[in-house]
Amino acid sequence: MPKHSEKRVKRMKSRTLKVDYLARVEGEGGLLVKVSGKKVTDVKFNIFEPPRFFEAFLRGRLYSEAPDITARICGICPVAYQMSSVHAMENAFGINVDGQLRALRRLLYCGEWIESHALHVFMLHAPDFLGYADAIQMAKDHGPVVQMALKLKKIGNDIVNLIGGREIHPINVRVGGFYKLPTKQELETLVERLKWAVDASSQTVKFTAKLPFPEFERSYEYVALRHEHEYPFNEGRLVSNKGLNIDIQEYENHFMEEHVSHSNALHSILKERGAYFVGPLARYNLNFDKLTPAAQDAAKSAGIGKGTNNPFKSIIVRSVEILYACEEALHIIKDYKMPEKAAVDIEPKAGIGYGCTEAPRGILYHRYRLNEKGIILDAKIIPPTSQNQKTIEQDLREYIPSRMNLSQEKLTWQCEQAIRNYDPCISCATHFLKIKIEHE
Amino acid sequence: MGKKDTTTVKAAIQKKTRKPKLAVWKFSSCDGCQLSLLDCEDELLAVTEHIDIANFPEASRAVVKGPYDISLVEGSITTPHDAERIHQVRRQSKTLITIGACATAGGIQALRNFKDVKQFITAVYANPKFIETLNKSTPIADHVFVDFELRGCPVSKLQLVEVLNAYLNGRKPNTPSYAVCVECKRRGITCGLVAHGPTCLGPVTQAGCDALCPSYHRGCFGCFGPKETPNTSALCTYWKTLGVKDDELVRLFRGFNAYAEAFRKESEAHEK
Repeated sequence: MPKHSEKRVKRMKSRTLKVDYLARVEGEGGLLVKVSGKKVTDVKFNIFEPPRFFEAFLRGRLYSEAPDITARICGICPVAYQMSSVHAMENAFGINVDGQLRALRRLLYCGEWIESHALHVFMLHAPDFLGYADAIQMAKDHGPVVQMALKLKKIGNDIVNLIGGREIHPINVRVGGFYKLPTKQELETLVERLKWAVDASSQTVKFTAKLPFPEFERSYEYVALRHEHEYPFNEGRLVSNKGLNIDIQEYENHFMEEHVSHSNALHSILKERGAYFVGPLARYNLNFDKLTPAAQDAAKSAGIGKGTNNPFKSIIVRSVEILYACEEALHIIKDYKMPEKAAVDIEPKAGIGYGCTEAPRGILYHRYRLNEKGIILDAKIIPPTSQNQKTIEQDLREYIPSRMNLSQEKLTWQCEQAIRNYDPCISCATHFLKIKIEHE
Repeated sequence: MGKKDTTTVKAAIQKKTRKPKLAVWKFSSCDGCQLSLLDCEDELLAVTEHIDIANFPEASRAVVKGPYDISLVEGSITTPHDAERIHQVRRQSKTLITIGACATAGGIQALRNFKDVKQFITAVYANPKFIETLNKSTPIADHVFVDFELRGCPVSKLQLVEVLNAYLNGRKPNTPSYAVCVECKRRGITCGLVAHGPTCLGPVTQAGCDALCPSYHRGCFGCFGPKETPNTSALCTYWKTLGVKDDELVRLFRGFNAYAEAFRKESEAHEK
């Protein structure tokens, strides 16, 4: 380290990193980090996106409206909201949607994972590793990669479009199933491009494996769904690497939300152990054995084996999940037989329903209390980003001290990158970013 | 877009030998409408050849200073800070286009406008004092002059590209103000009002989705807001003869465009 003048040393002693408006995330947020000497004294991951009060105005609405209304919490992952809400309603009414209808829901979710992950890997996160402000600038030097990314993203969108009616806020999902079913022929139009996508996503895994990763690992508690037979989308038990293994109905017995002053998003913690980690890295570390052989092999060659504790490597995991989702989509289409009925009959009854599914960013929990007509009496929605918020702040506290020799500009950018590891969706979290680093 | 086929605006822009600058602004919303821009996978790189994306935080860290030739505004005004910020956006923008139901009608979060917002805050947050919010969620045009309002929840990608194209070429955007029914008939879809149950908002909702819901065997639920001169009361009178109850009618009009005038008045007429 070069020798600093006294003045410079003094300045180094206390500084503030500040990002007023965090870019390449979904929604409005910022970061304030205060540093005194080599110690990080404060980290605030602000969420100033205005609150929208979904839980409040869901009261008095009919059960059947929940999938369309809650989809509007997030334009990036509307399918996740639709899936968690329909499962919660079906749980309340004691209905099980099975067979091909269940498979179609998985296929729809594959589409959302592909488009959301492709967007994040290439357009939001890769530019950080390669030092570009955005994917459009990256395209000037990495044209073929960006073109491949857009094509991959489009395939995900095409799946959502075909089954859901449109990419953003699909209209075909209902409690009990769908309004209209796709024919086998319609689904088969996706096959050739999905085969290309399997190959393109294997290349994506190789591309992300070569990115420069900071040395950074922590001992996280990962939380994700785990299903007996499959990589989790819609069903499973909630498990962690530190002993959690519960039915989703028990969620609120083990997790709680805190309301802190610097954020319009509620922070979620595990009552017994505090901060935890949800999303692709958690899913992968807890469900590696359920991936397809090709996805497992790709991950092994990329050097992340059966798991990794480096959150920056979540970009590799996302790529592996794209590969998995493409293969799973092909598998579902191959086995698809159009059912006779588009939806199971629904008979509303009073009760409480729970739904928890794996959004691209992690578990999304819904709980509704309904009266005998199916009118919503109260609702609780816990999106993945608010569950990761505390872990994000803790990451920054540990990440910054060993990198204090970096320039303000560089350190601020690296902090942003560390936040983007989580693909935070702020619109979700306020249903919920701004960066400041301040030296005292 | 042929290079020779230019209008005065484009010529003026070209005279300065620079690409027009586009900014994308977000207020209270779900991000879906601005995502529509990134969802133009086939067009995105081509569009950036003609437009300089100067300020688009969802996609880029880089910010080019204003003024901007076109500002796309997503979201509604719900906080005192945003009510100030929209004026700053207007001052920096030659043309301001609002995109989506939040920006043009207040969005789904405008459901608070019919209730006491304090009750809403206590329903969601443990410490209401940390939350700064306005009583109402309002459209952008309630605060500043808006050059063009693009409807939809979300907007249609095709319409978005059309509107950008139109403004860059100095012509009027070709977007319809007639009802979803027109699109539905044109596609030859069986009328849902007859076939799938009575409640379809198609007759009073502006086109733009290409009759998407009817083509999926379900009634329109009003994503594109009220059409020009919608006769909502006649439609409700008809529905009532079929046994549709007032509370259902209220819910029907209180969707993503609940605070658009025609829908607001109709829902209020059925509220006891």
